[in-house]
Amino acid sequence: MSQTFQRGPVTGTAVKKRSRRKPFLVDYYSTAVGKKYVMAITGIIGVAFIIGHMVGNLKAYLGVIEHNGEQVYDIDVYGEFLRELLVPILPHGYALWGLRLLLIGAVVLHLHAAWSLTMLNRNARPVKYQGARDYQIANFASRTMRWSGVLVLVFIAWHLADLTWGWLNPGFEYGAIYRNLDASLSRIPVAALYIAANIALGIHLFHGVWSLFQSMGWNNPRFNRWRKGIATGIAAAVVVGNVSFPIMTLAGVISFQPLS
Amino acid sequence: MTNTLKNLTLKVWRQDGPNTSGSFETHTIEEITDEASFLEMIDILNERLIEDGKEAIVFDHDCREGICGTCSLMINGQAHGPERGTATCQLHMRKFSSGDTIVIEPWRASAFPIIRDLMVDRSSFDRIVEAGGYITAATGGAPDANLIPVPKPVSDAAMDAAQCIGCGACVAACPNGAANLFTAAKITHLNLLPQGQAERYSRAEDMVETMDSYFGSCTNHGECEAACPKEISIDVIALMNADYRKAKVQNRKQLSRT
Amino acid sequence: MSSILDSKTPEGPLADKWQNFKANEKLVNPANKRKFKVIVVGTGLAGASAAATLAELGYQVDAFTFHDSPRRAHSIAAQGGINAAKNYRGDGDSVHRLFYDTIKGGDFRSRESNVHRLAEVSVNIIDQMVAQGVPFAREYGGMLDNRSFGGAQVSRTFYARGQTGQQLLLGAYQQLARQIGQGGVRLFNRSELVDVVVIEGRAAGIVVRDLMTGELSSHSAHAVVLATGGYGNAFFLSTNAMACNVTAAWRAHKRGAFFANPCYTQIHPTCIPQSDDFQSKLTLMSESLRNDGRVWVPKVAGDNREPHLIPEDERDYYLERLYPSFGNLAPRDISSRAAKRAVDAGQGVGPKQNGVYLDFGEAIGRLGRDTVAERYGNLFDMYERITGENPYDVPMRIYPASHYTMGGLWVDYELMTTIPGLYAAGEANFSDHGANRLGASALMQGLSDGYFVLPYTISNYLSEWLNKSVPDTSHPEFAKVENEARDRYNRFASVGGTRSPDWFHRELGKIIWDYCGMERTEAGLEKALGEIPALYEEFKKDLRVTGGTDGLNQTLEKAGRVEDFFELGMLMCRDALDRKESCGGHFRAEHQTEEGEALRDDDNFAHVAAWENTGDPMAPNRHVEDLVYEEVHFQTRSYK
Ligand SMILES: Cc1cc2nc3c(=O)[nH]c(=O)nc-3n(C[C@H](O)[C@H](O)[C@H](O)COP(=O)(O)OP(=O)(O)OC[C@H]3O[C@@H](n4cnc5c(N)ncnc54)[C@H](O)[C@@H]3O)c2cc1C
Ligand code: HEM
Ligand code: HEM
Ligand code: SF4
Ligand code: F3S
Ligand code: FES
Repeated sequence: MSQTFQRGPVTGTAVKKRSRRKPFLVDYYSTAVGKKYVMAITGIIGVAFIIGHMVGNLKAYLGVIEHNGEQVYDIDVYGEFLRELLVPILPHGYALWGLRLLLIGAVVLHLHAAWSLTMLNRNARPVKYQGARDYQIANFASRTMRWSGVLVLVFIAWHLADLTWGWLNPGFEYGAIYRNLDASLSRIPVAALYIAANIALGIHLFHGVWSLFQSMGWNNPRFNRWRKGIATGIAAAVVVGNVSFPIMTLAGVISFQPLS
Repeated sequence: MTNTLKNLTLKVWRQDGPNTSGSFETHTIEEITDEASFLEMIDILNERLIEDGKEAIVFDHDCREGICGTCSLMINGQAHGPERGTATCQLHMRKFSSGDTIVIEPWRASAFPIIRDLMVDRSSFDRIVEAGGYITAATGGAPDANLIPVPKPVSDAAMDAAQCIGCGACVAACPNGAANLFTAAKITHLNLLPQGQAERYSRAEDMVETMDSYFGSCTNHGECEAACPKEISIDVIALMNADYRKAKVQNRKQLSRT
Repeated sequence: MSSILDSKTPEGPLADKWQNFKANEKLVNPANKRKFKVIVVGTGLAGASAAATLAELGYQVDAFTFHDSPRRAHSIAAQGGINAAKNYRGDGDSVHRLFYDTIKGGDFRSRESNVHRLAEVSVNIIDQMVAQGVPFAREYGGMLDNRSFGGAQVSRTFYARGQTGQQLLLGAYQQLARQIGQGGVRLFNRSELVDVVVIEGRAAGIVVRDLMTGELSSHSAHAVVLATGGYGNAFFLSTNAMACNVTAAWRAHKRGAFFANPCYTQIHPTCIPQSDDFQSKLTLMSESLRNDGRVWVPKVAGDNREPHLIPEDERDYYLERLYPSFGNLAPRDISSRAAKRAVDAGQGVGPKQNGVYLDFGEAIGRLGRDTVAERYGNLFDMYERITGENPYDVPMRIYPASHYTMGGLWVDYELMTTIPGLYAAGEANFSDHGANRLGASALMQGLSDGYFVLPYTISNYLSEWLNKSVPDTSHPEFAKVENEARDRYNRFASVGGTRSPDWFHRELGKIIWDYCGMERTEAGLEKALGEIPALYEEFKKDLRVTGGTDGLNQTLEKAGRVEDFFELGMLMCRDALDRKESCGGHFRAEHQTEEGEALRDDDNFAHVAAWENTGDPMAPNRHVEDLVYEEVHFQTRSYK
């Protein structure tokens, strides 16, 4: 792609060499615009998950409830509910696994697109400007998408090992979500990591959500002026909601007592 | 009304050829009136260089009215300099003040190889247009001009996009070296008009894919819009993305239905 | 005065001539077209449209431009609009009226048959450009909008904001791009024609210099089309783009093509006055501004109060006063001279007292600021960027500047120069505008030449050459011309004087502007004919070109162009001197009515002056083509 400067007559530049058409999804994904479209879709899936996940987690604040005649932590019920989703249509846990696979697929695609576009852009300007740039519109969020993204990725890994598989969780009990949460987040460094990661995520979404409207080609004078607002709103909600958990845990609002 | 600027320091990029490495060369302008245009300041500097037996600074320019799109300087880290909606040639020294240091660089993108000093080769833009940036209309065969009415808002929107002067500032300003604003402006101009419908999707497909083979990708930084001397809105990029997506899924045999 | 000039005007009544020509011309059948190679130099409106159409017809086309992209040709700068006798307004327009307005506007110094053809095809141009997607201004009903322009009493001007030329050129460029993409045209960009090769009295090809590498190369073809624009930059300060030059036409002239009416230059009335001595160019403010702007100066000389402090009754709206029926829309030459008189009389305004006011106060009052912004917004912005003044609040200051050149290579009805096989189109030929061009007619002419005339007329010539061999670049003449060009550039690089090409250009421009500008006198022209050769001698001795001849060297390019302007300058003055009358853009102070209007001499000068190069720029041969009018009758041009 890198242009070397050559002379001589120019002609026939648009005469297509009949290359066999690739299957349309592959074909579509092979261009930058297509990749951005995929990033947007996977981004949307991500956003949907994050919001759902956050709302679910808010149940932690409901503390203990009466469930089938016994005292349990509401959020544990929620966890169980997820695993019981669509039972008896699907066996226990299947639906959840379906969702998980969707998420994994999305992250993988999102990542691959991000990676290959980043490489493309590198090659598009191998020699940087030698003087300082004076950006007008591009902001911190838009210029750090890769880093905020990677941070989130790292967090997810840590997070799974902590709260899903329990490797990094002292005395992890499968399904005892409330207990695991408290155990994990009452450790100051861990709490700090959660806070940092979610701020990074917020920044990523601040640009990402606005950006996806463009990538999806959703552009209409009637709602254009909302796009930035929606992005800011979602980013803020995610940060506030998610950051509240570590803070409240440290503050003792979320604190686990064994229920006899 | 007119006043004089004193002691400007210019750091100008000098580079002998496409494959040699360049560096900044420092010059001082003792004084110049603010009536002068930025390029006239370089003219004066060049006159001086020639008198001193040195080679003049090579830079691209022609109409000096902001319409031909030839001028192309990165001034203090901004494509076409500090004034919004203005091509380099229309920038006047009013925008600067005595004692300023002004850094002048060429556009930088692998698709815009530097020819010499501040001059780059933008033929990659022509390749994009050659790929489909036209309406096929054989000479002589055209129906009466008023046969197809075009609603004023439509032709105005098409005109907004058609104003693109092909200067390349969008690429120069884009942190990713993407040409999406240019390509989208060309596509939007033709795809909005009734006359452009027949080739709408093949146009979007061919032009986007040609663009892809030269330039970076758009992550919606919006720098291009800020640098564009015609202030073309990045809305056209969304339009292009939509048409490209449709181009991939549309059943072109049934376009007339929609 | 020999007349060896055959205009090849077809038979029949004026209105049928073009039809008759098309009916009787020789054609080349489609299968044979690809056997012919045509070189098109220039990718402006004329060149791009010609190259695209010829390629579409099946000819092999090589297109050359010194710009980096065809789209940058100077046509891009045209602002106001393009005329066509569509009569969409129903205001009494017709092919005949457009024809007549153009003849009259040209002060009865143009060839009737060409002008009528121009008016006929004008309607096809609009259809063609709309089909190609040119976003002309529309009304709410979706129909095309029109504006009125100088020298006409009907609204026949189509426009695209203040960027008509840009949109039209992009239209033509896109057709050219399509042909390049599909292999119909080979494009040579950043390649400058430096000479024309004539073998056995026929145009055999051209020699070009690759501006990037400095290499010279030869190209042969069956026919060569020059669509290389005008020579307005002879004045140094003009509204033309910096790179506009006469080199292509002049090289052809030196190889035997006659140069017609070089003294017919148009000085445009509405440009931004010069603000400094080192100024590089002047900027045009579209003539369309005169639709709503009112031109005035203070009644009292030297009155330097702020414009708004000057009461109505102390203002002289001189155009409305002198030309009641056309008022501010009086033709360009007339408005320009009127402005010059006002400034010469000391009524000039602005810091240098070198301008007149173009006032929108009344229009803003009548139409409201928004409507005015809608119509002229981008022009107002342009003005403010350049002058730092806001035209919504203070009246614009304007003054005439060199803008367009009616003169150019002499061509017959088929657009062929006096060198067989060498054609000239667009502003490069002496065109259909006589002694003065009406606004919005150059775009029309460029596109008519390229789209609708050349493609027909060229086959008339090419058909003779079917299956005959023409010399290719191995012919010694090509090598010879190439060497001459090489020597020429080496000469510039080796003078080793002290002055830059620009310095000489500026000085030359001053002379031509002072003595061969808006007003010419015998004494002045004699003076110029003394000063130009003297300066030229200095140029040969004292030129300094830094950098070598190989590789990119803008100073070297400039030197070549300036040298050609020197020789052209002499011819302009010579032509102006010999044309002892006033007509259109050519105003000889000795020949004027008591009101100071141009005084034509139809008995002695109702002809085209076509100059033959003799090798001595000071002693060219003058040939004439008499202008015979079948339809129109001479008339004193009056816009009162
Ligand atoms: C500021 C301005 C405003 C105008 N406004 C209007 C208007 O409103 N309406 C109107 O009708 N007319 C207008 N005109 C006039 C009109 O624009 C021109 O007359 C017309 O566009 C000329 O077109 P062209 O194709 O003949 O030449 P150009 O467009 O000048 O093209 C010349 C081409 O020849 C090439 N060329 C020249 N020399 C060489 C060489 N030696 N070697 C290789 N290539 C060469 C150049 O690269 C270029 O491609 C305006 C002119 C100016 C200056
Ligand atoms: C796995 C690590 C991640 C990386 C490396 C990453 C990187 C990127 C990059 C480079 C972009 C392109 C910037 C742009 O187009 O504006 C992007 C866009 C986006 N990302 Fe991520 N991201 C990651 C994770 C996430 C996650 C977890 C989410 C959701 C919560 C997300 C949501 C988005 C959204 C919505 C966009 C906008 C898509 C578009 O512009 O079309 N990303 N990401
Ligand atoms: C501080 C805020 C967060 C809290 C308190 C939290 C809490 C939890 C808990 C308790 C679980 C285990 C649920 C279970 O085992 O049933 C979990 C799982 C998970 N979390 Fe979070 N989470 C937070 C933020 C995030 C973020 C920002 C992301 C992604 C970017 C994320 C992604 C996941 C994933 C992928 C799982 C695995 C879900 C599954 O079981 O498939 N979490 N989270
Ligand atoms: S879009 Fe704007 S910046 Fe980009 S080329 Fe066109 S005019 Fe220049
Ligand atoms: S700056 Fe670049 S990232 Fe997109 S919005 Fe403009 S092309
Ligand atoms: S020189 Fe033509 S746009 Fe600047």
